[in-house]
Amino acid sequence: MRSSAEHLYLHVPFCGHRCGYCDFVTVTGHGDLHARYVDALISELERERPRPRTIFIGGGTPSLLGDDLLARLLAALPACEELTVECNPETITPAKARVLLDGGATRISLGAQSFQPHLLATLERRASPDRVLDAVAVLREAGLQNLNLDLMFGVPGQSARDLARDLDQVLRVAPEHVSYYELEAKPGTRFTHRHGGALAAQEELLEHHYETVVERLRAAGYRWYETANFCRDGRRSLHNLGYWEGRDYLGLGVGAVSTHGLERRRNLASLPRYLAAVEAGERPPSQVELLTAAERGSERVMLGLRLDRPLALDGLDDVIDADELDRMRRAGLVAVSGSTISLSERGRFMANDVVSTILR
Amino acid sequence: MALSRIRNFSIIAHIDHGKSTLADRILQVTHTVADRDMREQLLDSMDLERERGITIKAQAVRVHYRAADDRVYELNLIDTPGHVDFTYEVSRSLAACEGALLVVDAAQGLEAQTLANAYLAIENDLDIVPVVNKIDLPAADPDAVAIELADLIGDAPENVLRISAKTGQGVEAVLQAVVDHISPPDGDPQAAPRALIFDSSYDQYRGVVAFVRMVDGVFHKGDKVLAMAQGTRFDVEELGFFSPGMRPAKHLSAGEVGYIITGLKDVSQLRVGDTLTLAKGGAELPLPGYKDVKPMVFAGLFPTDSDQYPELRDALEKLKLNDAALSYEPEVSQALGFGFRCGFLGLLHMDIVRERLEREYDLDLLVTAPNVAYRVEDVKGDWHEVHNPAQMPDSGDILATEEPVVRASLITPKEYVGTLMELNQDRRGEFQHMEYLSEDRVQLVYDLPLAEVVLDYYDQLKSRSRGYASFDYDLLGFREGKLVKVDVLLAGEQVDSLSLITHRDNAYKQGKALVEALRERIPRQMFEVAIQAAIGSRVIARETVKAKRKDVLAKCYGGDISRKRKLLEKQKKGKKRMKQVGNIEVPQEAFLAVLDINRDGAAAS
Repeated sequence: MRSSAEHLYLHVPFCGHRCGYCDFVTVTGHGDLHARYVDALISELERERPRPRTIFIGGGTPSLLGDDLLARLLAALPACEELTVECNPETITPAKARVLLDGGATRISLGAQSFQPHLLATLERRASPDRVLDAVAVLREAGLQNLNLDLMFGVPGQSARDLARDLDQVLRVAPEHVSYYELEAKPGTRFTHRHGGALAAQEELLEHHYETVVERLRAAGYRWYETANFCRDGRRSLHNLGYWEGRDYLGLGVGAVSTHGLERRRNLASLPRYLAAVEAGERPPSQVELLTAAERGSERVMLGLRLDRPLALDGLDDVIDADELDRMRRAGLVAVSGSTISLSERGRFMANDVVSTILR
Repeated sequence: MALSRIRNFSIIAHIDHGKSTLADRILQVTHTVADRDMREQLLDSMDLERERGITIKAQAVRVHYRAADDRVYELNLIDTPGHVDFTYEVSRSLAACEGALLVVDAAQGLEAQTLANAYLAIENDLDIVPVVNKIDLPAADPDAVAIELADLIGDAPENVLRISAKTGQGVEAVLQAVVDHISPPDGDPQAAPRALIFDSSYDQYRGVVAFVRMVDGVFHKGDKVLAMAQGTRFDVEELGFFSPGMRPAKHLSAGEVGYIITGLKDVSQLRVGDTLTLAKGGAELPLPGYKDVKPMVFAGLFPTDSDQYPELRDALEKLKLNDAALSYEPEVSQALGFGFRCGFLGLLHMDIVRERLEREYDLDLLVTAPNVAYRVEDVKGDWHEVHNPAQMPDSGDILATEEPVVRASLITPKEYVGTLMELNQDRRGEFQHMEYLSEDRVQLVYDLPLAEVVLDYYDQLKSRSRGYASFDYDLLGFREGKLVKVDVLLAGEQVDSLSLITHRDNAYKQGKALVEALRERIPRQMFEVAIQAAIGSRVIARETVKAKRKDVLAKCYGGDISRKRKLLEKQKKGKKRMKQVGNIEVPQEAFLAVLDINRDGAAAS
């Protein structure tokens, strides 16, 4: 059956090294499996024959794939409006940059995380700050017009000064798009185990950090268009907008997630099982979560209010508690205009609290 | 039985000093219970008395004993409740006797409770038979304890009996001493009947059962009877005595002890201490000593699970049938929902009720910090009793306040005298006197506000004396106290269930401790939370929980949506468990802060 989704995600699980804080589906080593994996993705593409508006190749580290493999994968993709590839700075060479851009990538998302060596060490990132700058230069040289930098605040040991230096550097690089995440120390990761105490102690400092990030980037002309995302010149991530606007998406690859209507399908995380199934001409092993209409509605609110645009309330009457919504409005956290709502400036900083209050 | 052959007595002993064992041994020695039926602690077993479907605790058991003069005597052993909270009940039980065995553990010596009850017995003109028990213990020092006992009652140490209820050694001598040294009853069998109610019990089939001591005259089955103080009337459905099971009899006459089945449906219709006589042609004067006991300690009882409210109500109703001193009325708390404000004689009574509710009725309860009954004079000069801080009027509407005061007696090894005097001073105690009971043991007497006792006084006493000091108290009545209500405001809104009443001198300290405890228990949230303690409109302490400035899900993409939605759902559930006060969310445990404060605040003093 042909997917109707407008958004296609491809997962490439391979990494040169697994960073301590990461809880994505990743695999280190197994260079021998790269080719088999790319073939598997291509055969999935052939079966699904998607016709997406946007494609996002994420990971893992997609740019870890050899140039030939990467070229083969890109060549198998359908044409689309936006094709983003996630890259790690240390994998970017002039040849790789050419493969990416010649292969149709319109947008590169580069994982910088920080420009401070001691913070990169804490994060177990392998690229040095200079490597990030080199990678940017190489990509620009190859003609890249739309660059995203991934950055992080809340790394244990990060001072206000460290943050200011990172922001200075981001503004010097001047990417079209910035994703600035608070480090999410997920339970069970080696990182949380090691840094739990430091993370708990910096709660108030992080409030400052987040405010600083928003303030500095806006002052430099970036639009804070989503909770953790900033862009200039209207260069929003069209692919990610698909998620935030609650549209369907198709995910291919190990561990990838698809949502079609009320069906959410999650491919299992096992690489061998994925390969075995796809190579046998079967669908990859997956789990299906059937969403209720209320859950999908709640997600629309949760995701939609991440954006700086009003959320239409149509069809959400059963999901939103009108009294609580009014209470949040009176408290100046939500703005209601006609049949749309949006978060106020302060509401955006408190989105979890506000959204969990107004949802039934 | 002729009055001269009757002896009515009770056993005064500290818990664990062997009262029950001795009682069992007496039943055995007198063949009241066949050896093969002998079970440990027969009198203490609550569900033992099963006859014709009724279940009653034996409060008085009749045994027959052939004494040295070869005559058979009727001995009635009357049980007494064992603790400070039931002093009045103890005194009524003692009033039903002519004598008492004063039993003291040969290894432990006198305890405050024993002393208090011994004084009660002496006040009631009882003949006292001093007994040192557990002489078989390796740590026993019968000679030293005998001297303490003899000093107490003004007897010679060699007259103190030395026994082991456990092995049976000396138990016969105890019975002989009861015959020899305890006076026979001296009532008038011909006079209009008068019977003292010294306890009562409720049976679901037969109603209230009164335990009585006949003082004068005779009661028969079918008599129409009047309880003189309360004016309650009923017909005697059955009467009799325990031996140790219920034995119906044709009559109960002067000097005897037994039970009367009344058919009444509520124990509160028949109060301990009241006098029964005939409804027609009865006695003119009741027996002396009746008083209406009132609860002095109050606490809110709330089911942890609000669905259990009806079960809690039913359970309290049933307990109340058997416990005239328990009172309860519905209470609604902003924080804890629907529950009851219950009144108790004291802390132990409260613990007993709570334990019975949890154990026998399988309820999971939240008990608020106890407070005492206060008396408040309003501007019109009318006095009101206040059982709940929330009911306390504003200070501007009060002319005077009074609080209950007790006389506390402490017995302690002498090395703890200093620290215990300090404790009493800290608790607003007024020193009365100090006495050496022996070279090593000292009795301290203080007058203390009951409010200070209900906090953690007992725990402090035990910890400061390494467990050696013992404690008893007697209610003296109400005395003027400079009491104030400390209110708590969260973001400007007063929260009733956090109010407390305290002495003016402690108000600042307790208010401060309370707002600090609340600050620790109220999480940062969307809005700033101002926490204030105030007396009337005057703020005496303030803390602030700063508003949170950031609460976002850092990132959220396609693979992550379900998990993030679940996080929000969890957050939502967390909010629902909180109590909403205005725009503020307060976790339930914050409402229990008052409890900790009372304890910490007091302990810190």
